[in-house]
Amino acid sequence: MSAPSPNAALLLLADSRLPAGGHGHSGGAEAAIASGAVRDLPTLAAFLHGRLATTGLVTASLAAAACALGASIAASGTADARAGEGGGGRAEADMPVPADGSRSGGRAKPGMPGPASGDLSGGQADPPSRSGGDRRGGWAGLDGEADARTASPAQREASRTQGRLLLRTARRIWPSPVLDGLALAVPHGAHHPVALGAAAGVTGCAPQEAALAAAYTAVTGPATAAVRLLGLDPVAVHRLLADLAPDLERVAATAAARVPPLSASASPGPGSGSAPAAPPSPEPPGDSPWAGLPAHAAPALDLLAERHLRAGLRLFVS
Amino acid sequence: MTARAVLATAPGPDGRTVLAVMRSAPPITLRRTGPGRVHLVSTAAGPLGGDDLALDIDVAPGTSLDVLSIASTLVLPGSGTAESLMTVTARVGAGASLRFAPEPTVLAAGCRHRMAVRLELAGDARVFWREEIVFGRHGETPGRCHSRFDATVEGRPLLRQEFTVGDPAVDASPAVYGGARCVGSTLIAGPPGAVPGDLPDRDRNDGPPPDTAPTGSLRPGEAVIGDGWAMLPLAGPGILVSALAPDAAGLRHRLERGEAAAFPH
Amino acid sequence: MGADHDDHHHAPDPRGRALRLGIGGPVGSGKTALTAALCRTLGPTLRLAVVTNDIYTTEDADFLRKAGVLDPERIAAVQTGCCPHTAIRDDIAANLDAVETLEERFGPLDLVIVESGGDNLTATFSRGLADRQIFVLDVSGGDKVPRKGGPGVTTADLLVINKTDLAPMVGADLTVMSRDAAAVRDGRPVLFTSVRQEPEAHAVAEWVMGLIHAWTYEHAHGSTAPAAT
Ligand SMILES: Nc1nc2c(ncn2[C@@H]2O[C@H](COP(=O)(O)OP(=O)(O)O)[C@@H](O)[C@H]2O)c(=O)[nH]1
Ligand SMILES: [Mg+2]
Repeated sequence: MSAPSPNAALLLLADSRLPAGGHGHSGGAEAAIASGAVRDLPTLAAFLHGRLATTGLVTASLAAAACALGASIAASGTADARAGEGGGGRAEADMPVPADGSRSGGRAKPGMPGPASGDLSGGQADPPSRSGGDRRGGWAGLDGEADARTASPAQREASRTQGRLLLRTARRIWPSPVLDGLALAVPHGAHHPVALGAAAGVTGCAPQEAALAAAYTAVTGPATAAVRLLGLDPVAVHRLLADLAPDLERVAATAAARVPPLSASASPGPGSGSAPAAPPSPEPPGDSPWAGLPAHAAPALDLLAERHLRAGLRLFVS
Repeated sequence: MTARAVLATAPGPDGRTVLAVMRSAPPITLRRTGPGRVHLVSTAAGPLGGDDLALDIDVAPGTSLDVLSIASTLVLPGSGTAESLMTVTARVGAGASLRFAPEPTVLAAGCRHRMAVRLELAGDARVFWREEIVFGRHGETPGRCHSRFDATVEGRPLLRQEFTVGDPAVDASPAVYGGARCVGSTLIAGPPGAVPGDLPDRDRNDGPPPDTAPTGSLRPGEAVIGDGWAMLPLAGPGILVSALAPDAAGLRHRLERGEAAAFPH
Repeated sequence: MGADHDDHHHAPDPRGRALRLGIGGPVGSGKTALTAALCRTLGPTLRLAVVTNDIYTTEDADFLRKAGVLDPERIAAVQTGCCPHTAIRDDIAANLDAVETLEERFGPLDLVIVESGGDNLTATFSRGLADRQIFVLDVSGGDKVPRKGGPGVTTADLLVINKTDLAPMVGADLTVMSRDAAAVRDGRPVLFTSVRQEPEAHAVAEWVMGLIHAWTYEHAHGSTAPAAT
């Protein structure tokens, strides 16, 4: 990827007005408000700060990894498109995608509807073999890393729902074989940061920009929900977000620095120039290249997410 | 101080587990306390800043091992600014089972501690792994701690989670620990239908029996929540019980509630 | 905002999928009652599914499921984060996902009804979500409402004025409402109903059947059907 220049598509992707269902999710804020843990500006600030340091960092690094993976698939074309292996299987109920050229990685024909016959289904045959050599370096492998970092089923479900909606929207806005490959590889909906990173990559964003978008949405969603639910002064809440801006940038830089270079990508993203936060020794186990990505847990968010699912009255999906 | 303790099982002639290797490395002292059971006995204070301690566990296919500890681990600062490091590596072979349930790690004021667990499971291995972190002794502000836990099943990630303690703004966040002073989790892993109910109460005489009589298999699907705890079915073959509490006794109680919920009644 | 009859550039390509009918209007006007009526009347003839958008909880979906007018599995509830009008107009992703999931599970379908949350009098459906839409008012708001217009009243493919049984009690003059509605609707149809008194809502069901025929014809022949209603 070439030197980063300001990318307007990043603004579109991070905009809460992107029609991708984000407005229905509060990221645990509704449950935190229901429990009384978040009730005013200071408690909201503490909530957002902790969310960014944990879930925010994890999703930012997954998004950066997805962005880099998408770029490497696009750069290496057909042969490596199978990194997005789907074990064959059915394409999700896809909407037909217009057949005009895609903006980046325009090697393959976008959106050939129909399952498993195109380049992107790769060489994997029908049975969803769990052992393919390239499997763990592909979309399903990265999505599995997101699963392993999301212990709460409610949060996994919310993340996959948002990812599915985002991918649906992104494929129509930025048709690309990379996104088709992701939809094929994770038919029930990729985790949100994976979809976000992939979309960011297709629009030409660098991994660090994808990470920034993920970190940004990790705090803006709950902040907006709190404005609606608590009637907080929206300007005061945006002031909180502005105060978090340096943290957002730091989280994005850390996240991108933790993404390992993929062999197929021509050069590492600009994010990897900065000093990486020392990973804990020893190297975490696992076959995928992303084993060492951040995995910060937020136990209170897990509890809130599960409690939210069981609440009788709720305005937000999560 | 650098220490590497090693523990390995092997199938005995009568099919029972024997301890093939049990190599203590002070301050980590291992003591056999029953068939297939070992207690960690700390023979010195610490870990202290600058210590680099490791425990390596190998559970051979078809064998079973319990690892417990006599007392909680108090992590103290050293003379300099160096971190203390505790690394536990465990491989659990096909058809083997491991129960790792030591007493809590207590983070004393001023400590700088790093913990790493890497757990590699064969496809049908079974594991019960409990981890408890207490943020300081009574009334004490904890030092800093970073813990990372990674479990894989046949190379695929099952659970990866990190905890950091010691940044007050994060610790107090209602999104993270929400004012709790202890965090704990128990990973119960194994193929569906293959996790024996004896894992959580293999040592009945060491503690109160769980309020259920666990038999059979892991409960699939639904999460269960209680006051300060959640039993969370993972995407892979396992369950994570996660709990927050104001004190260590409360934490253990909540984890046990969640562990009991992981098994059908 | 509303669906113009001469311009149906829906995305994605609607060929081979069910007609998507939005039912909008203020809270309490009878949208859920009308949805139940349509299921009751059209259920035996058409392959149906329903998506509800609630303000909170899943009350509408629960009501429909309990009413027993449709296989409960064919009713999906979308949660909308305080803003049902956003979910049918500005960000339709969750609704599209619900519609497509139903089509995938139970398809092929003839008709998917999407009921709005009714939190906003001016809320109309995005054409990316609904092919046609009904706006439901009731008489209890008084007979001035149609005169005031608004995008729902003026542009909906069908305006339903419900609860005519209450007209005498609230002193609403139906002829005034009819005349005012006609004046702002540029010839588009208006129907008066009392779902309470006539739980089959035959007139509305007939109008929907007309839509379905036109929709099917259009997709079979690639052109607009001769006026079906
Ligand atoms: N009197 C009368 N009540 C009705 C009629 N249609 C619906 N209702 C009642 O009006 C209330 C609101 O109806 P509902 O369908 O839930 O409205 P929605 O909010 O638009 O979905 C319910 O109590 C219905 O029973 C009608 O034609 N006449
Ligand atoms: Mg309703």
